[in-house]
Amino acid sequence: MAVQRQETPISRDAGGVLVVDDEFSMRDSLVHWFEKDGYRTGSAQDAREALQRLEEEPWDAVLLDIKMPGMDGLELQRRIRDVDPSLPIIMITAFASVDSAVQALKEGAFDYVTKPIDPDELSHLVRRAVERHRLHQENLQLRQKVDQLATPTTIVGASGPMARVLELVRSVAETDSTVLIRGESGTGKELIAQTIHANSRRRYFPIVPVNCGSVPESLLESELFGHEKGAFTGAQYRRKGKLEMADGGTLFLDEVGTIGLPMQVNLLRVLETKEFTRVGGAKPVHVDFRVICATNQDLEAQVRDGTFREDLYFRLNVVTISLPPLRERRQDIPLLAHHLLKKYAQDMNRPFTGFDPAAMDLLVRYNWPGNVRELANAVERAMVVGRPPSVHPEDLPVRLNESSASQTGDSLADMERAHVGMILERTGGNVTRAAEILGIDRVTLYNKIKKYHLRS
Amino acid sequence: MAAGIDIVPIYFTDRDETLRRLGGVLELDFRAGVRLRRPWFDPEGAFDPSRGQYRATSLLQMLLEDSQEDQAERVLGVTSVDLFAPVLTYVFGEAQLNGRAAVVSCHRLRAEAYGLPPDPALLFQRLHKEAVHELGHTYGLLHCPDVRCVMRASSYAEEIELKGERFCEACRALLAQRNVIPRALRSR
Ligand SMILES: [Zn+2]
Ligand SMILES: [Zn+2]
Repeated sequence: MAVQRQETPISRDAGGVLVVDDEFSMRDSLVHWFEKDGYRTGSAQDAREALQRLEEEPWDAVLLDIKMPGMDGLELQRRIRDVDPSLPIIMITAFASVDSAVQALKEGAFDYVTKPIDPDELSHLVRRAVERHRLHQENLQLRQKVDQLATPTTIVGASGPMARVLELVRSVAETDSTVLIRGESGTGKELIAQTIHANSRRRYFPIVPVNCGSVPESLLESELFGHEKGAFTGAQYRRKGKLEMADGGTLFLDEVGTIGLPMQVNLLRVLETKEFTRVGGAKPVHVDFRVICATNQDLEAQVRDGTFREDLYFRLNVVTISLPPLRERRQDIPLLAHHLLKKYAQDMNRPFTGFDPAAMDLLVRYNWPGNVRELANAVERAMVVGRPPSVHPEDLPVRLNESSASQTGDSLADMERAHVGMILERTGGNVTRAAEILGIDRVTLYNKIKKYHLRS
Repeated sequence: MAAGIDIVPIYFTDRDETLRRLGGVLELDFRAGVRLRRPWFDPEGAFDPSRGQYRATSLLQMLLEDSQEDQAERVLGVTSVDLFAPVLTYVFGEAQLNGRAAVVSCHRLRAEAYGLPPDPALLFQRLHKEAVHELGHTYGLLHCPDVRCVMRASSYAEEIELKGERFCEACRALLAQRNVIPRALRSR
């Protein structure tokens, strides 16, 4: 399930932006601007070249000069939308041609800007367009993934605890109720939120994630509510907040326990009235969204010591889904590990086919404080340092080897008891299979089970 | 090419003291020698009468040609006039990505531009960050998602305050990787 890759700035992929303008200086300055923002960029000087670039590579947004010799921007927009209606198109117009810009909007343009463009406006507009396109693509992929959730061989896991989670996800998805997802970090809370959204009636609208823990408190208000032009020094343009972006869809508030008290008051009010005002604005804005939030903190303790409002707590805690830590569903580890191996081997073009038994043993025994994400990192690392076709114990992080010894007592009997217990757990209590794995006969195994009181 | 940054004032009408202080801090930031020198070109060619602003890329071009026979590794133009790029209403600065030249403008960094009383300390702080930012681009750095990093994009003045004046770990690692300023910033 959720395999969140660590963000590496070296291969930051902000998306692809294609600039279509017949004037060199315009193309040139736009391309340079977007390059520095980390976008993959491309340019075309006319419609024909643009269509060619669109065929060659995937793009997340297109900036289109409305006035070009030959096929103009409007006509080109129609052609593009025939092929990919989800690709956001931003029209660039001069003041004189605002009328045709309005026509472009009617025909499905994402937005338009007039030359010269305010840099603040441009950056945010393009980021929103790219975000929208990415969300759309992700939702598409997610819907395909969700169909596979029901089958027991999925990456999510087939164990009892996980099956109960999935059952709950399925039944809560169709309702519109607020969901609180709890679990240690790395257990895949965001994927569960996405799954709920993708199975809900809101699935054709975006799910908009806000990581409350990573946005500084001072920015969170404007991030969520947006702001009006002139709301504070330098706010020269109106900006939509995440609440407005989530209109019709789902707002996913991650690390909700980190929100400060003043902001909690505002949030509670919005959840109750579905209405808010932008920072520096007076007019109430009405929005319709579902809230899913997640935390790995002890909210009850925070309520007791006064750092989390009780009324907000009750508002959010309608349906709770608790994700079990990986160590509480060890029986899923072989399945997950194999799935991850297959995925990374393919992604990285490494001819790995499996784990040798000793390596798998380490994986199953380790405590995984970082949960599925940590497991994914370990497997990914093995793809790099190991020698195909099998992953060996020495390809795994050292901590896996160290901790397996310390989890049990020191005596040989302690080790044996732990090991036999673990293998039994892994085989779901299947004595024949467990005996096979342990390399002893069934009678011997039965004796050990009795001796160590392993099954009562 | 010898290490070093040339600061070239172009229509610089803010206090001279500002440039000397900027030179001082950049010397520490990049562990490079910094010189102040006059331009040997006429910047008026960058003026666009229809917009009443100066074209940033033209100034970059002039700075480059101007320092062709020069030893400095980087050349940083500092100006008080308003800069623009053809499609944009204004820019705070401009740099050649992986190049040699950068230019920054004080015009929209002054508190007065937003109807507030003059604040030389604030102006200096903003100018310093933008100068480091544009020089960062010349070393190949792109905009950084870290809110505290100087390579964070800021398109309005207030946003500049939110970020720090230093490179984050990730950007530092990239700088070190490219081996462009090996001794830079480590001691801070
Ligand atoms: Zn920049
Ligand atoms: Zn950075």
